[in-house]
Amino acid sequence: MKPTDPAITWLEEKPLGLAERLYLPLFVQGLAITARHMVSRKVTVNYPEVRPTVGNPLIYRGVHRLNRDDAGRVKCVACFLCATACPAHCIDIVAAESPWPDREKYPESFAIDELRCIFCGMCEEACPVDAIELTSLLDLTGKSREEMVFDKEKLLSVYDMTKDAEPMKSKTLAAQGMATIGHGGGAGHGHATGGHA
Amino acid sequence: MPTVIVDGHEIEIGADERLNCIEAARRAGVEIPHYCWHPGLSVVASCRMCLVETGTRDAATGKITMVPKLVPGCQTPARDGTVIVTDSKLVRDSRARVEEALLIDHPIDCSICDKAGECLLQDYHFQHGQPERRTDLNPFHSRRRDVGPTVTLFVDRCIMCTRCVRFTREVSGTAELMVANRGSKEEIDVFPGFPLDNKLSGNVVDLCPVGALGDKDFLYQQRVWFLKREANVCGGCSAGCSIHTEHNQDTVYRLKPRDNPHVNTWWMCDDGRYGWHHLHAPDRLLAPGRAVSASGEREPAEWHDVVTRLRAELEGSRLAVAISPMLTVEEAWMLCAVARSIDPRAALHLGHVPVRGEDERFPAGFTIRAEKCPNRRGVEAVLRLYEEELRGWDDLVRTVADGGVDAAWVTAGYPGPWIDDAGAAPFDRLRTLVVQDLFDSALGKRATWLLPAAGFAERAGTWVNVAHRAQTFDAAIRPPAGVWPEGRLYWNMLGRRGLYDPHAVRRQIAESSTTLAVLGGEIPPVGVDLRVEQLAGG
Repeated sequence: MKPTDPAITWLEEKPLGLAERLYLPLFVQGLAITARHMVSRKVTVNYPEVRPTVGNPLIYRGVHRLNRDDAGRVKCVACFLCATACPAHCIDIVAAESPWPDREKYPESFAIDELRCIFCGMCEEACPVDAIELTSLLDLTGKSREEMVFDKEKLLSVYDMTKDAEPMKSKTLAAQGMATIGHGGGAGHGHATGGHA
Repeated sequence: MPTVIVDGHEIEIGADERLNCIEAARRAGVEIPHYCWHPGLSVVASCRMCLVETGTRDAATGKITMVPKLVPGCQTPARDGTVIVTDSKLVRDSRARVEEALLIDHPIDCSICDKAGECLLQDYHFQHGQPERRTDLNPFHSRRRDVGPTVTLFVDRCIMCTRCVRFTREVSGTAELMVANRGSKEEIDVFPGFPLDNKLSGNVVDLCPVGALGDKDFLYQQRVWFLKREANVCGGCSAGCSIHTEHNQDTVYRLKPRDNPHVNTWWMCDDGRYGWHHLHAPDRLLAPGRAVSASGEREPAEWHDVVTRLRAELEGSRLAVAISPMLTVEEAWMLCAVARSIDPRAALHLGHVPVRGEDERFPAGFTIRAEKCPNRRGVEAVLRLYEEELRGWDDLVRTVADGGVDAAWVTAGYPGPWIDDAGAAPFDRLRTLVVQDLFDSALGKRATWLLPAAGFAERAGTWVNVAHRAQTFDAAIRPPAGVWPEGRLYWNMLGRRGLYDPHAVRRQIAESSTTLAVLGGEIPPVGVDLRVEQLAGG
């Protein structure tokens, strides 16, 4: 849009009145806001001495984990949909034929660069088998860049660490009576291709 | 001219063309979905996906009479006055029913299926399927068995289009595949003890419209939507098949044939299909090296130093050059120019031409050539511009052995071993030997300068195949770090500025030669026949 566009309505700034020119009323107004915040309830906590509480772990987007299936194997089927959806390109998967007779494909290696990740949750959204999930773990630290590239074992260990406090989201949702979309069950773990909706 | 009416649009087809409704509709820009029909195979009309309404228009009265039921487009010839309706409710409903029926017995394991993303079942389901399911679809684990050394079969993903069966019967002529059982228990299988093992077996994977046939070489290597494709030419033999190099992040993942009615039609052989692994071999030469001792120790050099030092070292010597048939026409031409600028009497030879076995011809006409290099005709055409008499690799070895020259520049770039110690022994007597190759070899050990070469997907230029068809292509991937494609080195040695531009070289070649004059113009994706162009050009 050019400045000469007739659609633009140009407004003139009102000239300052006496109160504005004196500056003092505005100064008092500002101080009043500061004072109000000094006495109101605090929304921040003294992290790390005090840990913040996570409101709803179902929608919190913290450190990733890779879920295990009922047999304790990695649930991921290496479909690369998370890597495809990832806007930060932080997921690196090497797929291979699975060593198990009832599964066809599995991730030989699965690495997430937690430093590159923007914690948008798109991977979790894209996953057709609910294998990748974001936990409510919020403190993510490491001594080197290499340490912050989480490999498959580490991501599975995050699951082992958090599974009791936070069961798989699909299970939680099922328990709450909310159906998950696209699950016919079965070992193939196909995603729904039916329908245009 | 015969006129066909497709969805109300009149299109003209050639008087002696024999098109079916799918092909005629495609001319009108209408894509009729189909699984079992393939232009290179016989018609079975079994998938029922291409059902359309047809009719005829009376030439005299203009009255249109429609056939009361749907007919398969693949089986119905498009003649003068044929009316094809592809978008009526009847046709759309029919397609939706076909899709619905196919999906009832499909594993729907798209998330782990290698075909996902280029699967016709997926595509047609979204384009022609119905908006809602009427049946309970349960994803299941597809049975899988290997049908040959390179191909694996996911039995339950198959939609029984029988393209693969017809391919092995009609094109490769080996007939390993068959349909076992009947009705809903139908499945593709091989005869016991006769695995799918022929030189064209990889094509059945391309033909498969769904993910039933998988290429073991590519299985689970990459999802197809990550791949980028570049129109290339196969360097495996002198047939020069048109291919697509499918790559991601400078790594080739697979080669696919590219339609070219003049060269390979729709197919390519397994030798070519899997003949790209050498590009990523760990023992490739990755930096130029200058020998510093007689024992073959080399010190690495910078490419920009190579440009000047090479010329300085070769200056004043009697030079013989072997121009590899793996080089492009542009590179060959520039190498000739470089050699002649160093030694005006430089003896230019055609490089080693690897030949393995005999030409292999398949029933449908597809031929794998014994000459395992892509550009002998092109290099010969270039050499004829510089030399009266065409001399080959044996002549070069003889000249070197006789002491006729004291320096040689040998370009190679062959994907496999090509010279043994005995073959390389005559080169011991040379003062300077420059070798450009993909891998170290017996000749490389003797080289004063050993320079890395580029692989086929890393080159840009023109190759002329056995039938004198010139095809141009761009590089699909960048060569590994430290490797300059030959063209870049010659370009710099000729003192030309900027980046190596094969188009500019091509225009220059066209100006200086009548045989290659056609290269100055735009080359279509299917290439040009140099002989025809020569005749036409007078």
